Amino acid sequence: MTDLILKFVMAMGIIFGSIILGLLLKGIDRILVARMQRRVGPPLLQPFYDVKKLMIKESIIPKDAIKWIFELSPLISLAVSILILFYVPIAGKSILGNSGDLILVIYLFIFPGLALALGAFSSNSPYSNLGGQRLIINMLGYEFPLAIVSLTPAWIIYKNGFSNPFSLETIYTHNIWNLVGPVGIIGLLIETVVIFIIIAGELSKTPFDLDTADSEIAAGVLAEYSGKNLAMFYIAEAVKLVAIASLFITLFFPWNIETFFGLHLLIYLLKLFLIVFLSSSLIRTATSRFKISHLTRTYWGYLTLLAILGFIFTL
Amino acid sequence: MNLEKTNHKSNKKLRKVAKAIWVFNWFNSCGFTEILPVVGSRWDMERFGLVPVSSPRQADCLIIAGYQTMKSIKRAKLIYEQMPSPKLVIALGSCPVTGGMYWDSYNTIKRLDDYIPVDLYIPGCPPRPEAIFDGIQKLMQRVK
Repeated sequence: MTDLILKFVMAMGIIFGSIILGLLLKGIDRILVARMQRRVGPPLLQPFYDVKKLMIKESIIPKDAIKWIFELSPLISLAVSILILFYVPIAGKSILGNSGDLILVIYLFIFPGLALALGAFSSNSPYSNLGGQRLIINMLGYEFPLAIVSLTPAWIIYKNGFSNPFSLETIYTHNIWNLVGPVGIIGLLIETVVIFIIIAGELSKTPFDLDTADSEIAAGVLAEYSGKNLAMFYIAEAVKLVAIASLFITLFFPWNIETFFGLHLLIYLLKLFLIVFLSSSLIRTATSRFKISHLTRTYWGYLTLLAILGFIFTL
Repeated sequence: MNLEKTNHKSNKKLRKVAKAIWVFNWFNSCGFTEILPVVGSRWDMERFGLVPVSSPRQADCLIIAGYQTMKSIKRAKLIYEQMPSPKLVIALGSCPVTGGMYWDSYNTIKRLDDYIPVDLYIPGCPPRPEAIFDGIQKLMQRVK
């Protein structure tokens, strides 16, 4: 019983903590991008102001939209983004962790994007339709290198004879960088590069932001969303940022100092910030938007090849 | 939303809007060239929470720069109707006030207020970026 209550408290902490952390990270990200473009940038709490404002705005549902899908998809997007964080260990502990949760988490990561695309298709706007199609192509693209990269640690754990290779907590407790030889370390470094580009793609940041291309298709998938529904997508994006960064911390960057929980959490936050800076802010500032053909070539050509190469090195 | 007729409750709403104004721009004349540096790195409007958005559904504030013709006012009205309330309209330049240098043209709208409820006029031909920030600051003070 006490175990159940403890888990409930932890779940509540994750729900509110991840939303606050995600929005803070978003604020830091916006300031960093502004500084790199020689601007002053918004205040740190600007994403909170944005959400507060969106909550009091009117939520318009277009006349020709399929209403229940249009209103349900922001909820699904937010709910699944938080659900992922119940499975991914945060600072070494997960709530619903089980033997096969790596595969489950990879599948769960499809849902926020899929809900966004569904909402876009249901809104019956040509801009949203175009954005939704582009989002689906984007998701088809990053799924394959993501699968290869995520299965590499499981393979290394399995090869070294530990039980439960697909459990995220097993991967977190056994540091994969210590389990491979010098050639394997080169392979893991290659996969680390692939990870940062995949995170940028998964979050639809600038080189891969074809689905919300502002200057081409008028905010794309989000073109018809306003008010509370838009706020939910806004929060879901922030939570997804925390979720995907936490997943890759678990898989590839599990270094830690095992003294007490506070320091553990601090190092986790530091790693989270570094991953967000490298994958989101830096790539966003340095590049401009891909064409759709460049996107598929990057994912299925270069990134898949690199991921397979890294995987072969760790064999 | 008419700022003159605001009561306490709508003021509370507008205070939240004033902290994060998402701007939709509707330009068809020279006002465009003067608001472009406001977005850029020298005057950087993001430090006041102003962000340009590309869909009217997400916008809180419609900036109409320069004169409107009989043809373009239809589009401006359509954009205004698509925006979710509470919404603001800022008219940029002297053309929306009096018609400006096109005061005797047969085709320009002389007073924008006859067609769309304007909350704030920023006169100038065209107004400097500083004038735009001054106007937005006045808007924020009015809400508080």
